[in-house]
Amino acid sequence: MVYRKTRLGMAADLCLYAAMTLLMLITLYPFWMQLVTSLESGASVYTTRLMFVPEQVSLEAYRLAFHFKPLWTGYLNTIVRTALGVLCMLIVTSLTAYPLSKKDLPFNRAFTGFLLLTMLFTGGLIPNYLLIRELHLLNSVWALVLPGTLSAFNALVMRNFFRSIPESLEESARVDGAGYLRIFISVILPLSAPVLATLALWVGVGHWNAWFDSLIYIADGHKQVLQVVLRKILIENDTADMNAMIQKMNTHSEYTDRQLQAAVVMLSIVPMLVVYPFAQKYFVQGVMVGAIKG
Amino acid sequence: MQATATESAVQTRSSGRAKGRFNKFRQYRMLFLMLVPGFIFLLVFNYAPMYGLVLAFKDFRITSGILDSPWVGMKHFNKVFDDPHFYVVLKNTILISVYKLIFGFPAPIAFALLLNEMRRPLFRKWVQTVSYLPHFISWIVLAGIFTTLFSLDGPVNALVKAFGHAPVVFMADERYFRSILVGTSVFQSFGWSSIIFLAAIAGVDPQLHEAAIMDGAGRFRRMIQITLPMLAPVISIMLILSMGTILDAGFDQIFNMYNAQVYGVADVIDTYVYRLGLINADYSYSTAVGMFKSVVALILLLSVNRLVKAVGGSDHTLW
Repeated sequence: MVYRKTRLGMAADLCLYAAMTLLMLITLYPFWMQLVTSLESGASVYTTRLMFVPEQVSLEAYRLAFHFKPLWTGYLNTIVRTALGVLCMLIVTSLTAYPLSKKDLPFNRAFTGFLLLTMLFTGGLIPNYLLIRELHLLNSVWALVLPGTLSAFNALVMRNFFRSIPESLEESARVDGAGYLRIFISVILPLSAPVLATLALWVGVGHWNAWFDSLIYIADGHKQVLQVVLRKILIENDTADMNAMIQKMNTHSEYTDRQLQAAVVMLSIVPMLVVYPFAQKYFVQGVMVGAIKG
Repeated sequence: MQATATESAVQTRSSGRAKGRFNKFRQYRMLFLMLVPGFIFLLVFNYAPMYGLVLAFKDFRITSGILDSPWVGMKHFNKVFDDPHFYVVLKNTILISVYKLIFGFPAPIAFALLLNEMRRPLFRKWVQTVSYLPHFISWIVLAGIFTTLFSLDGPVNALVKAFGHAPVVFMADERYFRSILVGTSVFQSFGWSSIIFLAAIAGVDPQLHEAAIMDGAGRFRRMIQITLPMLAPVISIMLILSMGTILDAGFDQIFNMYNAQVYGVADVIDTYVYRLGLINADYSYSTAVGMFKSVVALILLLSVNRLVKAVGGSDHTLW
């Protein structure tokens, strides 16, 4: 398309780019403010100001946060649940989606309906909680992994992808005498890398940021995930554990609770900030996949 | 084709039909086996909790479990409808949802339209990447950040002071709390929600724009009179779909941002169910409140799906 470069058009462009830059700065500001707060030494963190730049830079809060064990056990627990959750999801979802992708499978409609019904109606909080208790899964990582393993939505997305794989590829394998399982493992799965990657990232981020299940199902502090550790420090404002640890360390460092909190926030979002720009493409693909009719 | 195949089988042999079906099962045996794990998962983690809803019609006793607790009929539902706080919670849920819809729905559309006008790919990509970012940060971290941001000595109050007003305790003030919920929710979601509209814009036929340029239409005019009308089907469908979740006011956000001072304006169905059930251990009553929500949500979802079908044909329905 050709644009006439008029003075008015240039002015409009200028406004547009200025507005978008401002929007970008506003979006980044809360995170920037946390970074500044985490670096700000001493009591100046509590003076009312916009926190654009730190007055006195100090890495003390990071040094102290690094020694705070629960943060790292939280990290480890989150990594474990994310890995297990993604793995179980991929196995069970693909196993379910493949038979359903066969239109000639007897009772296909009944199975699909059985799956879809779970999208419409849910038991809700208390029945789920009692179920986990009855299964003796309280305080176990499996309480965080198993309930979300198979979601109707993910299964439909995968089923639709499997259906888009040309039938001829399966036919040639069948001629060679391969059964369904063989075809599934050696033909379908290798061709499905895009959808598997997209769903894995999708579900992985969900597990990484999940907290409510861990809050209600896990009582043991050593098994809590990162988000619940963060919740205690940030939302419940309970920094007693951190302060006790710092007392024990016997350092003469100057720090404030708010600075510690900000340092913990920064440490917790670093992995996301690092991974996300590279994985963005897959996330966006995921939205598009989900938008196509299930 | 299948029908004719079976028919001819019937003609050739009297037992052909039964035998054909049996062979079919043998042929698909492996596929059925593959369905077993998923079937078990659905049964245990989706259907068992649905059965657990009978709790709402029983007086739950921890010693006797769900099965042996005594039936009490509609007792808990009557209690729900007599509970004055239930109406507060219902009103809050709907108000917060509707406000979020009014402000949060047009934002990504406007953002997508403006983004589409940006001709520098690198700059555009930066803006997109930044705008998606808050979507990937948990509400715990976001709520922690916003609590600092809106605190008495925080940056927002620095602005308030700069304009010569007295600082405000935003997070504990019923007058401001809902606005904060809505504003931070828009902040978190506008970028991510714009993806679907951007994709729809990318699908607009360039010839339409070329023709309009011939007719002397400027950029703004084309944005309003070509791009926006071409988005209409997506917009209407997204709008209708969001009606189906009107009872979800955003548990993750509210639960991490609210406090006892603002229960009057911020307590929603989900947070109420949590406090009743898991803090007060009033299982049966909170299940009844939760079930009310599930049933209304189901009705909404079914009507919404029908509406989408009427508006956009079956391409965009949920099933």
